[in-house]
Amino acid sequence: MAVELRGITKRFGSFAAVKGVNLQIRAGKVLGLLGENGAGKSTLMNVLCGLYAQTEGEILIDGKPVRFNGPGEAIRAGIGMVHQHFMLIPVFTVAENVVLGVEPTGRFDHLDLDQARAQVREINDSYGLEVDPDALIETLPVGVQQRVEIIKVLFRSADLVIFDEPTAVLTPQEVVEFFEIVRSLRDSGKAIVFITHKLGEIREISDHIAVLRRGEIVGHADHPDAVSEADLAEMMVGRPVSFDVEKNPHKPGAPLLEVADLTVLNENDDIAVDDVSMIVRSGEIVGIAGVQGNGQSALVEALTGLTRVAGGTVLFKGRDITRASARDRHRMGFAHIPEDRQRTGLIPAFTIAENMVLDSYYDDRFSRGPTMLWRVVNQAAAQAVQDFDVRAGSIFDAVSTLSGGNQQKVIVARELSRDTEFLIASQPTRGLDVGSIEYIHSRIAQARDEGDGVLIVSSELDEILALSDRILVMFKGKIVAEFDGATADKSEVGLAMAGRYEGAAA
Amino acid sequence: MNDEPKPAEGLSEAFLKRAAPDRAAMEDLIVVPFFAVVVALLLGALAMLATNVDLATVGRSYVALLVGSVGSFNAISETLTAAIPLTLAGLGIALGFRAGMFNIGAEGQLLIGGMAAVIAGFSFAGLPAVVHVPLVLLVGAMAGGLYAAIAGWLRAATGAHEVITTIMLNLISYRLVDYMLRLDFIQREGRSDPISKSVLGSAELPRILTWLDPNLRLHAGVFLMIAAVIFIHWLLFRTRLGFEFRASGESPDAARYAGMRAGLIIVLAMGMAGALSGLAGANQVSGVLGRASPGFSAGIGFDAIAVALLGRSHPWGVLLAGLLFGALEAGGRQMQVDAGVSIDLISIIQALIIVFIAAPLLVRRLFPWGFRKPAPVAKE
Ligand SMILES: Nc1ncnc2c1ncn2[C@@H]1O[C@H](COP(=O)(O)OP(=O)(O)OP(=O)(O)O)[C@@H](O)[C@H]1O
Ligand SMILES: [Mg+2]
Repeated sequence: MAVELRGITKRFGSFAAVKGVNLQIRAGKVLGLLGENGAGKSTLMNVLCGLYAQTEGEILIDGKPVRFNGPGEAIRAGIGMVHQHFMLIPVFTVAENVVLGVEPTGRFDHLDLDQARAQVREINDSYGLEVDPDALIETLPVGVQQRVEIIKVLFRSADLVIFDEPTAVLTPQEVVEFFEIVRSLRDSGKAIVFITHKLGEIREISDHIAVLRRGEIVGHADHPDAVSEADLAEMMVGRPVSFDVEKNPHKPGAPLLEVADLTVLNENDDIAVDDVSMIVRSGEIVGIAGVQGNGQSALVEALTGLTRVAGGTVLFKGRDITRASARDRHRMGFAHIPEDRQRTGLIPAFTIAENMVLDSYYDDRFSRGPTMLWRVVNQAAAQAVQDFDVRAGSIFDAVSTLSGGNQQKVIVARELSRDTEFLIASQPTRGLDVGSIEYIHSRIAQARDEGDGVLIVSSELDEILALSDRILVMFKGKIVAEFDGATADKSEVGLAMAGRYEGAAA
Repeated sequence: MNDEPKPAEGLSEAFLKRAAPDRAAMEDLIVVPFFAVVVALLLGALAMLATNVDLATVGRSYVALLVGSVGSFNAISETLTAAIPLTLAGLGIALGFRAGMFNIGAEGQLLIGGMAAVIAGFSFAGLPAVVHVPLVLLVGAMAGGLYAAIAGWLRAATGAHEVITTIMLNLISYRLVDYMLRLDFIQREGRSDPISKSVLGSAELPRILTWLDPNLRLHAGVFLMIAAVIFIHWLLFRTRLGFEFRASGESPDAARYAGMRAGLIIVLAMGMAGALSGLAGANQVSGVLGRASPGFSAGIGFDAIAVALLGRSHPWGVLLAGLLFGALEAGGRQMQVDAGVSIDLISIIQALIIVFIAAPLLVRRLFPWGFRKPAPVAKE
């Protein structure tokens, strides 16, 4: 199947998110779509998969113009999309989720789940997906949930599969497996569109690259191997991008956060954080490396006062804060960038201004007595939007209308534009483009240079290596290794993340 | 004081511009409810025809509905009188919705608030009205608030869902009122049926239109209603507490991460919702009924849920919805008198309005010419 987009424009009100885009998508090829946050990638693909109606332009499938009224029609035309945010029902099984909306029914309209299961297995086999049709979604790791989304699309016999930032939530191992799946899809003749911010990935998997900036196509590359990452980055952002973080030499001050023998249980009373001790000093960045699911989330929740601690103590500037609430810690100068922006970091239906003060609204700056000082809030929000280059029309826009990366920037702006002493950041740059990553890394380094203690949790090893003064590796709830940030060797850290490091444990 | 911040240098003013209200949002707010009412009336007419009412009587009923609700001073007075408790209790439910609480218990809170208000109303003989009336209202609000706070506390402490607990509390309140009405100090002297003493003259909300016509029942509660609308609007959109309510309602997880205390917010939101329902009850006994009898709440607490839904949980919307439901009630009585049509029909029409409000897409389909383009599809 060959799909051609001709002069596609999509406006939201007066704002054009996509302007006159021409694009060719071919069977058996992977098209990599690259672009800054808010460039219009998701919007363009939402037009293609029938979620939005284009304002102008036409879509041609095998030379014939088509027009979709809703995603149902696009699916029937063979176009399927795996969205940036998954759309699965957690309490349903894999098979149930896959057939949702197109349920195979037997006589008297009863749901034929056996047939559904068989079909899921068949798809499994042909593309090497290995997903248990009877597993409940909520019990599956993110990487497997994503495969369920892929099965959903294939089950509806899509010939064009669109992936919107599929790798943002995957572990490195999962990415490798994901690429295997993409290759087998491609080899079976499907057309693939792949959106990502990771330049290495796009060079590895794409046959052709198109770059979008501010709604327009600004560049193509036919031989991804032949262009360097730096060139791609420049094409995307419109200026050279530095991949190194500039920061002053490591001059750690007094201990800020002292964690001793910390033990945290998860909801099922299993040990999530196992007897962890560590120190973060003022003026240093400590990076916690580790494959997702090794207790980092529980550690962060415990340090930010969101989970009860089962054992051990946490001192902040010498004061015991083991049982202090999230608000208390916030008042002491804690800033927290949570990992799940849509669920815990933001309220999508609220405006940008409201989200900018979500955890500091009670501050004297923003309220007097019982009343909010919205004028001050709005002014501060506009300033933050400008400083952090959040691509938005107005601070009164709902956050849900922002692109994924710009939503992340709202959180980062909120947490970093305050006067803080200690920053805990989980996946601070997930879903951000290289330009924004550069900026946010420099802001984090700046906070550290001003004397903040910083704890970064990231599954992005490159990010940890670029930012950290010290690196701790977490594996199965324990800190299993410690490295010096300046001298750490990527493969050694990687080994420790897999629990196979033989050097000195911390 | 100087809270007028000067724009920082180089700050782009563009970010501070508010987009004009989106046309689709306006349609949802105004056009959909309007058509919902029209369709409900049409279907109501069909229902009448189906029950062997002839066309002429149907016509007469709707004329009576109009005349009885806005056709005379008396009609307007009756409409407003009926709207007061509906709006007050509706505000309470709307406040709960905003904070993420589905409070079915307005009926019970209204009963308990009304009972407490009656007791305060016949007890303190000799108080001047300027003290007694506010006291009665306050007691009613507090009783309703505390009663609702039980459900809030159960939710916060044990996770028991407020839909279940408020339904239970409703049932308890019915029996509690029955029991209390037979207590010696509450039951009217010389009566064997459950009925309370009458509130003292000093505890009655004064009628405000008697200078026009001594029979007009509209009382000072109408000012209370307006004040409550303004207050709730201010609370929700201008205060810290309102911000916390709305945040917890939209996303409990994000609110928790932001350091808001979910338990406290739940209890407070339920308490305030109950206080508004209790106020509605106090308003009824002190402004309209003058005493309490079994079931004096008359289903207002349930109609208030519809009022809150119709008003989209927005204070001014609730006021408009309360006025509409008040008009339907006042007009419905007239309809029964003039055309002999059962007042139950009004309940059917009210229910139909809710059905169509809850299904905006259906309304859009029925009246495509009333709207622009198909409804936009939500993002992601
Ligand atoms: N429903 C909407 N209403 C108004 N504006 C919107 C809407 N959806 C997207 N936009 C705007 O359109 C622009 C493009 O958004 P889009 O989601 O396509 O970006 P993107 O390229 O996918 O970015 P990211 O890499 O951050 O996901 C953004 O500026 C966004 O604010
Ligand atoms: Mg996107």
